[in-house]
Amino acid sequence: MRIVTVRRLSQIFFFALFLWFCITATVGARWWQLRGWPINWILELDPLTALATVLATGTLYQNLFWALVTIAITLFVGRFFCGFACPLGALNQFTGWLGNLRQEPDGRVEANRHRRSQALKYYLLAFLLALAVMGSVQTGVFDPLPLIHRSVNLALAPLADNRLGLLSDAPRSYASAWLLGVIFLGVIGLNLVLPRFFCRFLCPLGALFGLLSRFTPWRLGKTSDRCGDCRICEQYCEGACRPSGKIISGECVLCFNCLDRCPADRLTFAAKPSAAGEAGLPDLSRRGFVAAGTGLILTSMWGLGGLAGANRNPHLIRPPGALDEERFLARCLRCGQCMRICPGNIIQPALLEAGLEGLWTPAVNYRGGRSGCLPNCIACGQVCPTAAIRPLSLEEKQGSGEFARQGPIRMGTAFVDRGRCLPWAMDRPCLVCHELCPVSPKAIFTRTVFETIRDGQRLPAKIQGQVVVLEAAFPAHANLISGDYYLRPTGAPETALKRITGLAGTGLTLERPVTTEALEAAGGKIDIVVRLLRPFVDPARCIGCGMCEHECPVSGQRAIRVFAENESRSRPGRMLIDDGTVAQACVDYRAGETPATIL
Amino acid sequence: MNRRDFLKRVGYASALALAAGGLGYALHDAKGPASSEGPKALAGLGDFTAKGRAPGAAQMAIVRGSDRVLLVDKGVKALGGMAAFIHKGDRVLLKVNAAFATPASLGATTHPETLAAVADLCFKAGAAQVLITDNPINNPDSCFEITGLAQAARASGARIIPPRLALFAPLSLPGGRLIQNWPVMAGAFQGVTKVIIVSPVKDHQRAGASMTLKNLYGFLGGRRNVFHQDINGIITELAQLLKPTLCVLDGTVSMVTNGPTGGSLSDLKDTGTMVISTDPVAADAVGLELLGHTLAEIPYIQMAAKAGAGQADYRSLNPVVLGTKFKPLKL
Repeated sequence: MRIVTVRRLSQIFFFALFLWFCITATVGARWWQLRGWPINWILELDPLTALATVLATGTLYQNLFWALVTIAITLFVGRFFCGFACPLGALNQFTGWLGNLRQEPDGRVEANRHRRSQALKYYLLAFLLALAVMGSVQTGVFDPLPLIHRSVNLALAPLADNRLGLLSDAPRSYASAWLLGVIFLGVIGLNLVLPRFFCRFLCPLGALFGLLSRFTPWRLGKTSDRCGDCRICEQYCEGACRPSGKIISGECVLCFNCLDRCPADRLTFAAKPSAAGEAGLPDLSRRGFVAAGTGLILTSMWGLGGLAGANRNPHLIRPPGALDEERFLARCLRCGQCMRICPGNIIQPALLEAGLEGLWTPAVNYRGGRSGCLPNCIACGQVCPTAAIRPLSLEEKQGSGEFARQGPIRMGTAFVDRGRCLPWAMDRPCLVCHELCPVSPKAIFTRTVFETIRDGQRLPAKIQGQVVVLEAAFPAHANLISGDYYLRPTGAPETALKRITGLAGTGLTLERPVTTEALEAAGGKIDIVVRLLRPFVDPARCIGCGMCEHECPVSGQRAIRVFAENESRSRPGRMLIDDGTVAQACVDYRAGETPATIL
Repeated sequence: MNRRDFLKRVGYASALALAAGGLGYALHDAKGPASSEGPKALAGLGDFTAKGRAPGAAQMAIVRGSDRVLLVDKGVKALGGMAAFIHKGDRVLLKVNAAFATPASLGATTHPETLAAVADLCFKAGAAQVLITDNPINNPDSCFEITGLAQAARASGARIIPPRLALFAPLSLPGGRLIQNWPVMAGAFQGVTKVIIVSPVKDHQRAGASMTLKNLYGFLGGRRNVFHQDINGIITELAQLLKPTLCVLDGTVSMVTNGPTGGSLSDLKDTGTMVISTDPVAADAVGLELLGHTLAEIPYIQMAAKAGAGQADYRSLNPVVLGTKFKPLKL
């Protein structure tokens, strides 16, 4: 079999595998759903993720060791991943091929000419690694693997599936999915400008592979310096690495098109230098790396904003088990796996909620989706490839068993907006929030009040048998027989309240009759009263799951809303001291800092 | 040539692969990160009790009058003079109450005259260095300057230690419920051998009174006001943070209303009393009487006593009482 056929089959295999993992990233027990499928495997093969998180955290998390396999292979044979495995690379190659189908040979050669600006991706890599050294992992914004996962899972797949309903019964929605989609289409569309545009100029992962292939024993090269001027190899070169001349090995993506097409078989993949000479990497300028070094300062400047501390956004709710903001940003890849997996569809890609440094990181939005955060679900932390969201057990999430002492994981605290709440502001019984609070005993409790309703004060009435007859008809703005309305002689105490059970014309039937004496004592006047259960939040019990906010019937700006206050992950967010957990330190204190010598 | 180049490259690639593998193995973390990074915490700020005092020596002096310098001088003398507490070469930390950027005349902060009197006595007793600190509520520079404490420090040769972030380290009080892994200004104690707490006497809406023990709130960092949810509990724990060498409670003028900020001269009252005590709880037990309170009204005093921080029944210490000009104290 020709090597390019092997390459194409491998590309198809990895692309199909990627799509398969996108499909199986669905909570459920059917064979094609999440039940042990290694949906993160492609992300875990990514050495850029491994390197950046190692730089930022000093540890290599769990399955990220797969990257070592990629690294080892690359060290010996070069950028096989770009040519054989990368799903975005395959897509780029395919669209580039499509776009060049009608291109003249000269045009192809021109399109695949090596360009100095291919060095750009090396500067981008240096910039991203500088950020990582300073504790901010931003690689996922540009890294092709998180990029394609996020784009397909959050923008393209919902677009396709929301009508079909194969992956999800309810349509999935993601805030600013349009942006993810536009960027993805942009990356794909650039292939019409130049083939593999993203791979050649922008891909920081490709740059890392280029550096790793600096000393490969096996590489592409020419068997002889003699060559005609057909340039057929360069008509089809994917890496724009100049195979006809002094090849730039670090740019070769191992597409093997040159080797396959050369009419004279002058190209070979062998354990010897190219007869036409070789250059390891494109020309890299010191200036480029100096510019990339600004990454070292940028993170610190982000820190000036204090978004991880006193100036944190109280609307930013992170998924359950998310690390404190500083450590979170040292891990999150923005791959979107948590957002894809969340059965409630409440984990959303942040736009600016977490600052620019938190672009596309997961932020919970309880207004959308199917429900609040399910107390019995731990999917997001289990799929997070870097433990930015820790893999919680159900016990830890719920604060049971060995976690009883530290209590449940809190994502925030619900606050009642008394100006919008129906029983608080509008004399309407409601209490949906209390009903849906999943905590036991409930974090939402109620206090009962009886309020005389509008137009219900001092109404003249008389008694006819068992029925109290009003002098004038009552305006029909309340359903008096709903069971929530009561009648009492004006001025009588609450104990004199009688539930209204029937209404015929202006006659009110009551559960217990009002005596003529009682009505006379009130001067023949009655009040109509509504019984209201008003919700209160017990912050010591609230876990910030957002069930109440999701279901609140005040559907725009909800009348009960969860804020990040008292979230478990955050020290500065701590609000209570007597919620059963041990007090923790807070905003001013930075871990690892020691008392300086000031004396 | 080719062969050598090949072997060299295999060598490089293998070495790099091994290094990457080894590094990956060494840094591998199968478990994932802990829920929070728990740094090692201190257990307390230390015991600064003066050693070598004669057994049965007076522990408390209550001096009446209005001249702060004179009152401090007399009181300390009654306890055996500053030399009984401060020795040559000692590095003394004075914990003042500099909570607000308001002038000394409003009585919301430690009076600079009192501070100067204490600092001068320390230097005279041979102190190598006198340091002054607090983590105030308003911004520190303004607090120290506007209260006159900075000026007093400069005049006496003492040094202000502003509460820089780097000075705070986490502390977990053994058996404590509130002060657990909480940032405390431990850095200010570096090399310190003696601690004197110099406090005003103030009304305090939430705690009832702010005197010596409440002054220790100023050692806390972080969003410490969460502890106001359990004000008596936190003051009781603060009382256990350290054992001071000496407490100077300045009740010459007390803030009796609108505390702890005050803001008007009409919030102040001449109470003409200076308390010098080795026991912070006993000092506060005197102070609360100046404010017209009883022990039962200020729960943290007895709670702190129960926790072993001192004696709530100050009379049992047989305080030395000097001067009788002012009435409010019934001894």
